[in-house]
This record gives sequence, structure tokens and C-alpha cells, in this order.
Amino acid sequence: MYEKHLMICGATGCISSGSRSVEQALVKELENHGIRDRYRLVMGGCPGFCEVGPILVIYPDEVFYCHLTPKDMVELVEKHLVGGEIVERLLYKGPDVAVPVRFYDSIPFYAKQKFNVLHNSGIIDPESIDEYIMRGGYRAFTRALTIDSLTICEEVKESGLRGRGGAGFSTGQKWEFTNKAPGPKKYVVCNADEGDPGAFMDRSILEGDPHAILEGMLICGRAIGSNEGYIYCRAEYPLAIKRLKIAISQALEYGLLGENILGYGFNFKINIKEGAGAFVCGEETALLASIEGKRGIPRPRPPFPAQSGLFGKPTTINNVETLANIPLIVREGGAAEFAQIGTAGSKGTKVFALAGKIRNTGLCEVPMGITFREIIYDVGGGIKGGREFKAVQAGGPSGGCIPTELLDLPIDYDSLNKAGAIMGSGGLVVMDESTCMVDLARYFLSFTQKESCGKCTPCREGTMRMLEILNRITGGFGNPEDLDTLDSLAHSIKDSSLCGLGQTCPNPVLSTIRYFRHEYEEHIEEKYCRAGVCKALFSYKIDQERCTGCRACVKACPVDAITGEKKEPHEIDQGRCTHCGSCIEKCRQDCILITRVGREADVSN
Amino acid sequence: MNTDAEATAINQEIDLHQVDSIIEPYIGRKEMIIPVLQKLQEHFGYLPRQTMEQVSYRMHIPLSRIYGVATFYAQFKMRPRGRNIIRVCKGTACHIQGSPKIAERIEENLAIQNGETTTDLRFTLEEVACIGACALAPVIMINDNPHGRLTADKIKDILASYK
Repeated sequence: MYEKHLMICGATGCISSGSRSVEQALVKELENHGIRDRYRLVMGGCPGFCEVGPILVIYPDEVFYCHLTPKDMVELVEKHLVGGEIVERLLYKGPDVAVPVRFYDSIPFYAKQKFNVLHNSGIIDPESIDEYIMRGGYRAFTRALTIDSLTICEEVKESGLRGRGGAGFSTGQKWEFTNKAPGPKKYVVCNADEGDPGAFMDRSILEGDPHAILEGMLICGRAIGSNEGYIYCRAEYPLAIKRLKIAISQALEYGLLGENILGYGFNFKINIKEGAGAFVCGEETALLASIEGKRGIPRPRPPFPAQSGLFGKPTTINNVETLANIPLIVREGGAAEFAQIGTAGSKGTKVFALAGKIRNTGLCEVPMGITFREIIYDVGGGIKGGREFKAVQAGGPSGGCIPTELLDLPIDYDSLNKAGAIMGSGGLVVMDESTCMVDLARYFLSFTQKESCGKCTPCREGTMRMLEILNRITGGFGNPEDLDTLDSLAHSIKDSSLCGLGQTCPNPVLSTIRYFRHEYEEHIEEKYCRAGVCKALFSYKIDQERCTGCRACVKACPVDAITGEKKEPHEIDQGRCTHCGSCIEKCRQDCILITRVGREADVSN
Repeated sequence: MNTDAEATAINQEIDLHQVDSIIEPYIGRKEMIIPVLQKLQEHFGYLPRQTMEQVSYRMHIPLSRIYGVATFYAQFKMRPRGRNIIRVCKGTACHIQGSPKIAERIEENLAIQNGETTTDLRFTLEEVACIGACALAPVIMINDNPHGRLTADKIKDILASYK
């Protein structure tokens, strides 16, 4: 028996902040004290709060340590594990709490969250099937074995679950279509090709609770009458793939996968396919082509995959988060419980990835219908560095931006669509005044233009033309008629593209024009980028009154464009300045200003 | 243009027995072409032309189709790559937190552009869509090591630590 469980976050975020070396230091320290075998040390799933990583949670003491470094382990082992005293220095501190707090329940980041999909993440060892079963795992699947397949579809329909991958189609209905499609061979496909730049919730679920995905697929297999499933996972997620493989071999060993499962005569096998890097493969027909070993190019629908999918057989394709919800719904009374959370049209919870200029970056799971304001200010802790909120991008390159005036919009599928954004997979990238909205639109379009598969003309040619216009505007050569051209191109592309990629890729442009038209006009008419992002459209200038002559910027400038004596105000040589922004990062007085190009020259003339 | 080091790498003898042993388990399963190419790239670091020809010959798939698949997916490389692969994350969170500046600084330091390899085959620079470590933006990965919360002035020291 172990005295305590020590859970170190082993997800990509914390590993990037150094959780592996913290773990090594902890092991070494425990060995130094000769007490290694008294503790169960788990490099586990993600508690979501990437901002404060690396994180160590100690059970049963319920203590949440954060911002750890290898050096802290000496004190932590000696004081907490040997001495039984909490190390207050390493607890969560922040402007949103008065005193350091010790556990999830008192950290504001977690206060408005509701853990359904993530209820195991960070709690169990993702490489142990026993821990998953102990938390109620595979119970929904064993129940599914005893009930009729259409009853399962019915229950999923009743729960109101809609696909979490983007479009939000009713999952139960999708299952029913595939169930009723004729043919002995059917497939279940899990779409784990999370490609939206700025979204990482699926990866976290795969890494933190892989058995939930297997169980979701098994239940789906039972419901639609399939005996084989594929997980299509990005090759960029090696840890997720490793954990899935471990989970599959454990489930096989326990007889939860394979032939005649638990004696009910149900067979199921799961294959893993690694994606090879193509955003369009998140589109369901392109994904199927890729599994079949072809170029990932979409095809027209109908026929829908429910009629003719993988290798021409009826197929259900569900996203990772959708499948992770299934075991919670199909357990006894789960559907009704699920339907209690959320709004009329959007049930349950949604996992969001918070990133960008927000204080608490990380993953959060919240009930549908929560407002953007609550997510950004209560969960996310507001904007970093005390700056002003400008907008939040919801739904990645297929979505749109939500400006300040819509902060009280409830987050559900229908409200987001109305606002010109989409739920998408759930990436929320928060932007402050230092983000240029025109550059943001250009950025998204350059992404979709590169990722367009080239099959249909509106998407292939249209995105290129739109990108050329945006490049011109951000380069300082915009024309007044550009906005109308962008608008008409955007609508043609939306109306006539073959797949979801083309149909949604103009959204970032349309929504930034809708809410930030004045920024476009400033770029075009005044040749000015107020955010200081579009290099041709601003100059840096040192505020002569405020500059204390500390020389920090002089040292930072890679092209020696800044001159000035110590304690004298400095000057920027505009001819040499490359607008790299190194000076602004180093300036402690905030005295480097973004000004219109050549403003002084105008004055002197 | 091929550099000397690259030319040496390209002219290296490809051991077709090894290629065959990688292809062997997949013969007769044409849908497995992507996993085969992934295995070959894992072994050779890129996809030498001879390996694709061998896949075509052994698996009875037209070379044009193999080339079509290999060029469609970002993961497959047709030229030898450096010992250290730098992946600059160009995800949204990284973009708005300054990844273009990071990429620029790396390009200046190594005198190569996105997708290129240094003449001594020490580094290859690649821009990737999203590493999924958005909380630590801007992020780069060198081989399997993520470097997060970067500023341009840290680049020089980070690059120096990879030989």
C-alpha cells in the first residue's frame, strides 16, 4: 500500500515547462530519504491549468503545488512528505486570491468549471485500465451490451449531444442513420486529427483518459452494429498515440476488446492510423480517403458516410470529445443527467482551450450557455499584463472573432453561428490591443490557403485571391474598393466550396470586417496599423519625456538603430529600424510608442 | 541547388534489402501506403526516390500515385534533413504572441528560410501549424524538446546548445 499518490502533470504543456526534470528531481530526493517505495508517483493526465505548470497534486492530502522547479523538490520532500507540513511557498498564488490556496476547490480558475469529459484527467493514471474501471469505467459499455442497439441510439439522441468537432450535428441521429444503413460491415471512426491552430483539448483527453475514447467507440460499435473501428490521430501527438496503444493492449487483455466480448457475442477491434500532416483531413470524407491510403481530398456528399463511408461501407465518424461524452450518457440514467446541463439547443459541457493574451492559459470544461465574459474573466482571470481586451477568436480558422460588445453572448452552437463564429473544436484565442485584426485575418487565410487541397476552384483560387488582397492591405498598398471585393469573394467561396474547409475559411475575414471595419479602413486610407504589427504601417518612436536613458533598448536592438547616452533620452534611426520589436519587449518605462509612418516628416514639411 | 553535404547524403547507397524488409509486412495491403512511407521516412530521415520506386515495384502501386500521396502530406520530405529539426509553431496563439519574430530571428541566425537545411546539415527549419502547447506561446520544438515562452533574444543561446 502506498501512503500517498503524487500526480505530476505529464501532458505536453507541463512537459514544456519542465515537468520531466521536476519528476527526476523528486525521484532522486525520495531515494535520498529512502522513502521512494512509500509513494505512488504518476506522470499523469492534465489538470488543465497549463499557465502554472509544472503541477504536482498530492492525494489524499489534497494539495496542489504549482510553478515547480527541480530545486523545490528538496524542500517539498523534507517539509511535506517527511515533516507533514504544507509548503506554502509553492501553493497557488495570484491576484485573484487573498492568500495562497491549497486545492482545486479554492482556485478561482476551477470555480466555474464542471468536469464531465475531463473528470478523470489528472486524477487517474492514464496508463492503468484498473484506475479507469475503478472510477466507473466500462460500466456504460457493459450496460450497452445488454440493451437493444436502437435504444442506445435513442438514449444518445435524448441526451441532446451534438458533435463536438465543429458542425454540431446530433450524434444520436448520426448513429441511427448508420444503424439503419444496410450491409453487414460497418465502421466506427474516431476523428483525432485535431488540426485547428489554437486548440488542444482532444490531445489532452487522449493523453489523460484514453480508455474513455475506447469505451465511446465500443458503445458506438454496439449501437450501429460495427465490429471494427479506426482512430485517426495526428502524428504530431506521439504521447497520445502511445497511450492509446497501451490502452488498446490492456483492453484486449481484459477481454473488453476482441472476440466475443464478455460472452455477449459482440466482437470489436480498434486500429490506429497516424495522420501525416494535412489540415483538410479533419474533414470527414478527406479523413476517410486518408485512412484508405489516398491523398486526403474530400468528395461531395451525399452519399454521406453513414451510407457509404470507409471502403464504401456505412461509417460513423465522431470527434474525440464527442466519444468521451458517450460513457457518461449511456450509463444508467446518464442521458437525463446530461440533458440537465446546458441550454435548450446545446446540452452538456464543452472543453475549451484558453490561449493568447489571457492570464490563465490552459484547458477548461464549462457548461454550455456560459458567457464569454465568464470564461475570459472568471475562469481565464482576465487579460495579461492589465491590457485591454479586444476580441476572442472562437473556432480557429473556420470561426470568427467576438468583440467586446458581444462578451455577454452565451456560448452555444446557435448563438455563435449568429455572431459569425462557430463552436468549432473549442479553441479560444484571446487578443488585446497589441493584436492587429487585419493581420489576424491575413494569418488565418494564409493558413487555409496553404491547407486547401486544391480540388475545387472556389477554395483553391478564391483563398489565393483573398490572401493577395490582404497581403496588399497589410503591406500598405490597399485600395478603398478592396473591402467590397473581399466581401464578395468571401460569399462566393462560402456558397460554392465543396467541403467545410472552403465553406468556413472566409469567416475570419468576414467577422473582422464586420466588427473591426475601422481597422481595415485605417490600414487602407491612413496607412496606419495601430497595433504595431504590420511593419510597413507604423514607426517606433521614443517618448522623449518618459525615456530615462537606461540603454536597455540600445542593447536589445539587433541592428544598432537606437542611439543615446546613458541617462539621456534615446533616439531611433528610422532608416535602420527593422520594426523587429526587440526594444519594446525590453523597455521598462513603456516609452516606445507606435506612431504613424513619417508623421514628423509631415510636420517639418 | 544541392549543397555538398546534401549531395553526399543523396548519393549514399540505399540498402534495398532494408527497404524491402520495411515494405514486406504491407504487401497486398494497398491502403497501408501512408504507414509504409512513414516507416521509410523514420528509417532514412526522408524519402529517397529509390525507396518510393521500390514501394511501387513491391506493392504494385503506380509511382505517380505514391508520389502524389507523399507530396500531399506535410510530414513527408523529399530531401535530406538536418541532424536537428527546428519546428516553429505558427498556431494562432503563437502568432499573436510573436512567432513571426521568432522565425525571423532563427532565419537570420542560420541564414536559411522555412523548409531549408543548413549547408552543414546541422539544422532544418520547418514551420508547423500547431504543436498544441498554446499555453506556452510562442513555442518552438527542437527535435523532441519544446522551448516555450520565447523571446527573440533567447534564440541564439538555444541554437548554440544543439550541435
